[in-house]
Amino acid sequence: MWRRGDRDHRKKAALSAVAAPPAPEAAQARPARADSGGAPEPDLGRAAQAARPPGEVILEVDDLRVSFRTHGGQVQAVRGVSLSLRQGETLAIVGESGCGKSVTARSLMRLLPEHAAVLGAGSSIRWKGRELTKLKEKELRKLRGAEIAMIFQDAMTALNPTLTIGEQLIEGIALHRKVPRSEARRLAVDMLELVGIPGPETRLKQYLGEFSGGMRQRIMIAIAASCSPSLLIADEPTTALDVTIQAQILDLFRMLQERTGAAIVLITHDLGVVAETADRVCVMYAGEIVESGTVRELFRRPQHPYTQGLLAALPRLDRERGRSLVPIPGTPPDLFAPPPGCAFAARCPHAMEVCRLRRPQMAELDGTHAVACWLQDPRAARPPAAGAGAGSGMAGEPARTALG
Amino acid sequence: MASYILKRFISMAVTLWLIVTVTFFLMHSVPGSPFDKEGRNTSQTAVDNMMAYYHLDEPLGVQYVLYLKSLLMLDLGPSIGHFPTTVNDMIGRGFPVSFQLGMLALSISIVCGIALGTVAALRKNRLIDQLAMVLAVIGIAVPNFVVATLLIKYVAVEWRLLPVATWGTWRHAVLPALALSTGPLAIIARMTRANMVEVLTADYIETARAKGLHPAVIVFKHALRNAVLPVVTLLGALVANVLTGSFVIEKIFAIPGMGKYFVDGINNRDYSVIMGTTVFYSALLLVMMLIVDIVYGLIDPRIKLHRKEGRP
Repeated sequence: MWRRGDRDHRKKAALSAVAAPPAPEAAQARPARADSGGAPEPDLGRAAQAARPPGEVILEVDDLRVSFRTHGGQVQAVRGVSLSLRQGETLAIVGESGCGKSVTARSLMRLLPEHAAVLGAGSSIRWKGRELTKLKEKELRKLRGAEIAMIFQDAMTALNPTLTIGEQLIEGIALHRKVPRSEARRLAVDMLELVGIPGPETRLKQYLGEFSGGMRQRIMIAIAASCSPSLLIADEPTTALDVTIQAQILDLFRMLQERTGAAIVLITHDLGVVAETADRVCVMYAGEIVESGTVRELFRRPQHPYTQGLLAALPRLDRERGRSLVPIPGTPPDLFAPPPGCAFAARCPHAMEVCRLRRPQMAELDGTHAVACWLQDPRAARPPAAGAGAGSGMAGEPARTALG
Repeated sequence: MASYILKRFISMAVTLWLIVTVTFFLMHSVPGSPFDKEGRNTSQTAVDNMMAYYHLDEPLGVQYVLYLKSLLMLDLGPSIGHFPTTVNDMIGRGFPVSFQLGMLALSISIVCGIALGTVAALRKNRLIDQLAMVLAVIGIAVPNFVVATLLIKYVAVEWRLLPVATWGTWRHAVLPALALSTGPLAIIARMTRANMVEVLTADYIETARAKGLHPAVIVFKHALRNAVLPVVTLLGALVANVLTGSFVIEKIFAIPGMGKYFVDGINNRDYSVIMGTTVFYSALLLVMMLIVDIVYGLIDPRIKLHRKEGRP
């Protein structure tokens, strides 16, 4: 597992993030991850490490609501998401397709098309004291790529096929770092070297089609990290890659985070990736966060029936062969007309009358773990702890879930 | 690259030979000859002498071989209707005029077409877009001789802004070039719009936005290049469009270009002029198509003209 250096060291690294050659310890910090198919021993992320001093809060999202105008009416893609992020922290947002995780991520840098996406009136995104929802397009442009950068899922389509890789790297560097092109070019070479692309001088002049899938993703990451942003948003960065390349890319993320001290928001539906890389997790369902906490809390003591269902649906190496996976029955609600109560009620094995009528609010269980579920209410007939494993057949023994 | 171009030249030579052969025999199968002129008293001896001079008294096969021989030496032969002039002379005189007109028309249609298409795509489904596309449909539907006539009537005759016809100063070139450019302009505009609309939704455009690039940089650097690629393919065909269009336009505006010679040649059964201009235009078109393919490779790095797998 990645070990953190002391914070002063990291700050220094952040200052010379791009110019410095890759540190040897960064290159060999992790042993070759040939076992990434799934280690029998649980590997519960950084949360399993000794607690780190918390960084300063850099991002605070409050009641984010985003809907899209379509011919069929308004789709409420994100329905009141609140989260916060500290410097140097990795926050994973998990959920199935269409749960609003990508829309949430794009909202963080106001990347959604203004004519289609409507931001809720009470929504607030505070970035280092600035209110992003109020910023003008021109100010947003200064922010995008420089302070907040994005890594997209499929580098094959997310990079321009008719411009050289070098040009796509250099344009951002020259723009945000305000350096002449020759200097930007030098930084671009360093950046390619940093993300592990051999022969960067020649590679700079090549086009997308001349790189392999893993290389493309490395280039995508190099572009995103080239201006030393304080926040990297990675939207399913490993989904399009095979498992060995996935592990290499995740290593690269850790190395970059170590060097630049950037916070990472990781959008994924892969719980294995979450367990390996994240500090904290938000589980999203139908445009809302239903549970959030540290990786350890979420994997060991999942409280929301949806989280429990997700974990139970994972294939596990320590389970006997031939046993089938446990799916969550049903489908997510229609976001053109979301239900008034809990969005998961229709699929929830523990649903009570109140669940269908009123929306549960996020309630803190302890300092970091919070869940939006009526089962947490003292008046609930069945306490969730009892219902988690027995009776429902949904959640197994989350404490010993092997992921990766 | 060199071997690719060599290969293309060989296939071009074959194409040209086929065109020459088909045109030659088709032309001779049309009834009539250059010398049967109504109401002209040419003695039979004179006609026989002229037939002998132009080898028209020989069997068709012999004439064909003779023509191919002189063609190999790039000699297109003497004109039958305008005796002392050779077809080479005619092309030498007429082509520069046609070329200027054609290039002017093509430049207008490329620049305005791409601009119109891009603006329409950026303002998709708004008023500007709809106006531009109505204009484009009109441009495609209305033949250029109608446009030419309207331009002459209003701009030249009624408002007296520009000369009615003939060739000379740049003012003479404006109206014929405009008339000639409407069709290609409309086609390019529609094509650019369609491509641009698609390209603007591409993931790499979102990446460019996420980098904080200025919208103008995104459109011109990241989108336009990909959007105009199919337009470049179209250029080969559009050059043909402009060339054939120029026959009519040159006639309307009384411009002394190739088109005039070509049309007159057909009317007079001037065999060597018909053959000469056809061969010349065919060769020109083939070269244009080769240039388009090479340009395509320069714009789009994904297209490699020369490389075959496993061979250098």
